[in-house]
Amino acid sequence: MAVTSIDTGMAERSNARGLRSDERLERWRLFGLSSPALLIVLVILLIPTGWLFFVSFIGADGSYSLENYERMITRRSYARIFQTTFQVSLLTTGLCILIGYPLAYFMSQLPTRWANLCLITVLLPFWTSLLVRTYAWLVLLQRQGLVNEWGMTLGLWQEPLRLVHNMNGTLIGMVHIMLPFLILPVYGGMRAIDRDYLKAAANLGASPARAFWTVFFPLSTPGLFAGALMVFILCLGFFVTPAILGGGRVILVSMQIVSNIELFVNWGAASALGVVLLVLTMMVLWIASRFVRLEQMTGGGAR
Amino acid sequence: MKKTLSLTVAAGLMATTALAEDRSLTIASWGGSYQEAQSKALFEPAAANTGINVMQETYGGIADVRLQVNTGQVTLDIVVSGSGSAARAAAEGLLEPLDYDVIDVSDFIPGLYTEHCVGGDVFSTVYAWNTDTYGEDGPQSWADFWDVEKFPGTRSYRGAVAGALEPALMADGVPMEEVYDVLSSEEGIERALDKIRELRPHISVFWSSGAQHAQLMRDGEVDMSTGWNGRFDNARADGGAVMHSFNQALLDYDCFAVPKGAPNKELAMEFLNEISKPEYQDDLPKYITYGPTNALAYETGTITPEVAAILPSSPENAALQLPIDLDWYGEWETIAAEMYQDMLTE
Repeated sequence: MAVTSIDTGMAERSNARGLRSDERLERWRLFGLSSPALLIVLVILLIPTGWLFFVSFIGADGSYSLENYERMITRRSYARIFQTTFQVSLLTTGLCILIGYPLAYFMSQLPTRWANLCLITVLLPFWTSLLVRTYAWLVLLQRQGLVNEWGMTLGLWQEPLRLVHNMNGTLIGMVHIMLPFLILPVYGGMRAIDRDYLKAAANLGASPARAFWTVFFPLSTPGLFAGALMVFILCLGFFVTPAILGGGRVILVSMQIVSNIELFVNWGAASALGVVLLVLTMMVLWIASRFVRLEQMTGGGAR
Repeated sequence: MKKTLSLTVAAGLMATTALAEDRSLTIASWGGSYQEAQSKALFEPAAANTGINVMQETYGGIADVRLQVNTGQVTLDIVVSGSGSAARAAAEGLLEPLDYDVIDVSDFIPGLYTEHCVGGDVFSTVYAWNTDTYGEDGPQSWADFWDVEKFPGTRSYRGAVAGALEPALMADGVPMEEVYDVLSSEEGIERALDKIRELRPHISVFWSSGAQHAQLMRDGEVDMSTGWNGRFDNARADGGAVMHSFNQALLDYDCFAVPKGAPNKELAMEFLNEISKPEYQDDLPKYITYGPTNALAYETGTITPEVAAILPSSPENAALQLPIDLDWYGEWETIAAEMYQDMLTE
């Protein structure tokens, strides 16, 4: 008996050792497998971003200077441009939620076959060139465009409405382009919610509205936040749509970066704008993380 | 030892020049109908006549030249540039000085070449109007462009500073020849900006490209716009109700430059001389309504009086216009651009 117990003890110890070394090996193997990805992240993300920071401190004459940042403080236009950028991003995200959330909810309640059909209609515009869609809006919304002509023929309004070359047009175009980015994660999150919870809520006497707000909605928030955050961050760096539909009156940071490169013929001036945008975005993420558990988003689903 | 070394280097250099004797050149332009016109009128016939093998590329402008020169990987021999960007690139040391012993500019319209860039075509920044709104006799001056009582309707104006301040001052009553004197101070620039602020409620679009202002006018999105004459001509040819005038317009030009360290510098000079000759330049208006820079091109008989009437550089039209002052742009453009941006974001 004693002999066997010593035997098992030794066996356990050697097993544990074996397991440990296996584990270490496993870890190295995993690391080896992920190293190409890590290397890529290093080469295409970290180094260029570091370079961006470095270049932003180089003045027009090639020496270290803070002039690129000073300019942003002394010139009023920069503060306004950042303000417009965040304003457009927030409004676009808000409108996307208003339109996208009910649609995702509707789709999540459909039988799978119909839901997939709906999903295709959501994705279809996603596969069309962004430029084509943006110009299509220009054609539709302009003074003698389809929308204004129909509206006036039907007597809905007398004077052509200013639907494009301003904030209206920018928002319409951007919401259209960003919508799938919101709908997909929200829909995914909603699909993962166990229907039995709602049945249980009904069973306990909750009205449908109450069951929705106390059970379904909180469970769908991780998907909603993931989608909203994605839309918001994509909006911050958006260029094509505001440039075409904004009529030169909605100026975002990305557009200013382009004109700074053309004007100052100096990467530093443009890099500094990129750095400030990056830092502000990080701050927004940090503030968001105070209210939302960001790691939930990557978890997908509602659990 | 040193001598033999330098001799070997010299021999090596000669060998490479000998190798380069296949006489080929790379030219970069902006693509589209513009490069097509240049290609048909200038590059292809000149290549055929000189036996130089010309390769064409499309590029994004001086920023590309900067990248090539700074990294020491210069592949372009000749680039097309706006006069203003060329002046700034030259100040930055990105361009080779041109050899005017080789390039003959004796018959050029004065002011259309500089030490680093030789003019290739002339264009104008004009005001255009919708003939459905105002008829054929639309605004005849910048003051009319600003006069929203006499010409009610929406305007489009440039979203960048180049060519945007001069019209405002002329509308404010500054005589054409004094425009750049007035602009040579921050107060003068502010005066022009105030004039634009005055018109601002009626400006529905600040345009950023030639394609854009042409589309705005052709589709009747705005009733009046500033812009480039060739684009408005194309919009009119495309069925748009668009007219423009050369009165008080801004006369500007595009030019050819050689990037610093271009591989075939000598050959580039030779080719630039060839395409500056009137017999090539007089063909350019067949493809695009930009005028030649060589005054003799108007005398070969290829350009008819009807065509000359719509070209910016024909003597009658040129006399009505204010030539762009490159020195002013070199000195003031960045400051003015910042102030313009402040005005735009208000």
